[in-house]
Amino acid sequence: MIIEQAPALIVIIVLMSAVATPLIGWLRKDLCYFWVILALLASTLCSVSVLNTVMHEGVIHYSMGGWLPPWGIEYVIDHLNAMMLVLITGTSLLVAIYSRRSLEAELPDRTVYFYTLFLLQVTGFLGIVITGDVFNLFVFLEIASLSGYALIATGEEGAPLAAFRYIILGTIGACFYLLGVGYLYMVTGSLNMADLAKILPGLYGSKVVIVAFAFFMVGIALKMALFPLHMWLPDAYTKAPSAASALIAPLMTKIAVYIMLRIMFTVFRPYFSVDLLPVTKILLYAGIIAIFMGAVMALAQRNFKRMLCYIVIAEVGYMVGGVGIANAVAMKGAILHILNDVVMTLGLFAVAGILAYKMKNNEITAFDNIFKKMPFTMAAFLVVALSVIGVPPTCGFFSKWYLIQGSVIAGNWIFVVALLFSSLVNVVLFFRVIEIGYYDFGVSGSGHTHEDCSAVSEAPLSMLIPTFIVAAAIILIGLYNQSILINIINFAVPKL
Amino acid sequence: MDFIIAKYNYWIYIILMMVGFYAMIAKTNLIKKIIGMNIFQTAIILFFVSIAYKKGGATLPILTSADAHGEHAIQVAQYLNPLPHVLMLTAIVVSIATLGVALAIAIMMYRKYNTLEEDEILKAIK
Repeated sequence: MIIEQAPALIVIIVLMSAVATPLIGWLRKDLCYFWVILALLASTLCSVSVLNTVMHEGVIHYSMGGWLPPWGIEYVIDHLNAMMLVLITGTSLLVAIYSRRSLEAELPDRTVYFYTLFLLQVTGFLGIVITGDVFNLFVFLEIASLSGYALIATGEEGAPLAAFRYIILGTIGACFYLLGVGYLYMVTGSLNMADLAKILPGLYGSKVVIVAFAFFMVGIALKMALFPLHMWLPDAYTKAPSAASALIAPLMTKIAVYIMLRIMFTVFRPYFSVDLLPVTKILLYAGIIAIFMGAVMALAQRNFKRMLCYIVIAEVGYMVGGVGIANAVAMKGAILHILNDVVMTLGLFAVAGILAYKMKNNEITAFDNIFKKMPFTMAAFLVVALSVIGVPPTCGFFSKWYLIQGSVIAGNWIFVVALLFSSLVNVVLFFRVIEIGYYDFGVSGSGHTHEDCSAVSEAPLSMLIPTFIVAAAIILIGLYNQSILINIINFAVPKL
Repeated sequence: MDFIIAKYNYWIYIILMMVGFYAMIAKTNLIKKIIGMNIFQTAIILFFVSIAYKKGGATLPILTSADAHGEHAIQVAQYLNPLPHVLMLTAIVVSIATLGVALAIAIMMYRKYNTLEEDEILKAIK
């Protein structure tokens, strides 16, 4: 009985808990933390059960309120979004556990509202992924974005301006998406994805459909921070509170990639988006440029968190380029990379948050001797860094392997070069941190160094445990990548 | 000329949208940017409402008798399409929420830096 309702419960539990959070905070402020964890735990269990059902029984169709599609809003869960649901709920649960101490340090008097927005943000993410209705997706996209703007604006000096710029660009992106929905509605009279997919093939010659598709792609590229449209990302993610950036940075861009896959391969057929229009070619080169520029600009950064932001931009290039190659192997790599990149980015931003919490400083040059001061944090960091570089037992290697294999099959060597270049740059980036962290340079003068050493110690357990779970997940996903591929991702790859 | 007049609703929406777009990109005053954003969103709302229109004296979909067969059968051609209007109700709510968040952040910056000019705020941050 309750299992049947699980698709709706995933979203509703989080939404209702978000509404109840201010009330609970009004009763007792410290209860909020446990309330958020409880809500996200329930939602995680629901999404795991949904993934289980999808793996054993196939695609789930859930009609909201008993209204049948195409009139009512339908939740459709196939292998791709079942995986995304587990990722989102799992990530947000870990970030919620992690957030307590960093919030006490950064936003001591605003924790209740932070958690309210936090849950609303997760609601938006879950809704985007689970829905089978293009307009419903827009509404959830705006819920996620609006709570994201507010979360980012609560950050350090300069965060409001970064959030403001993000609002302007994010709104343009969402409005373009909405225009795409409008143009599709003009010619089809439907908003349901499956229904659109049925009606559209007869209209592929229509200019309206092509315009709609163009609006969709530009709008989503803005939300995804694909290279020339990435301007909002580094400032916003660098200046956001650590807990907020640990939630938004792994998920927002990857969910935009998910929307792109949905629009390209569910609403439109591969015949339209791959064969008829040169979209994949454009995506491939956009991805390559994003990888190069993201890597080069990451090299120029002195702030650790800002460097991670440019790595995120480069990683978006991986996925977009993988979709642009448009063969089954590269597509498999791109979808696996969505999974890996969420986990890796979460690990990176979790470490950045711990460092910000302990050092009150995110400049890379301030990290000297950090391996001695915080051995456990840096051990986790080492695992994540190796995975971003792409060293075999970790998960980052395997998605890169499939991407490279796919582009070799397609005969596209520039993408191979871009991937290898980005791996090399990642080696430089992370070994710079490791080198500074491993040795005692005594930057702050002779007498002060030892006092500083004793001041900085290992991170609190509530931050360490989620970081360790992420590090363990990176290795486990790497080791079990074959069974993930066979059981989930092979079903999610669109039939080209 | 016919091309413009026959589809004047689309031209108006495009012009309005570009006005808003220009204000969002080119203006440095935060409030002007917000106004531009609102014009941009309103243009899209107008676009949606105008695609619901039908020629030939179609009216509001208020049914006096709902009978699927017989003499009172519902003639779809007599009624405007209500769905885009309903969608825009949601879109208006979204745009108001966006406006609220944007204004709140602008107020936050005004209290801190005592100005609403983007370049002056940038100078104050550095």
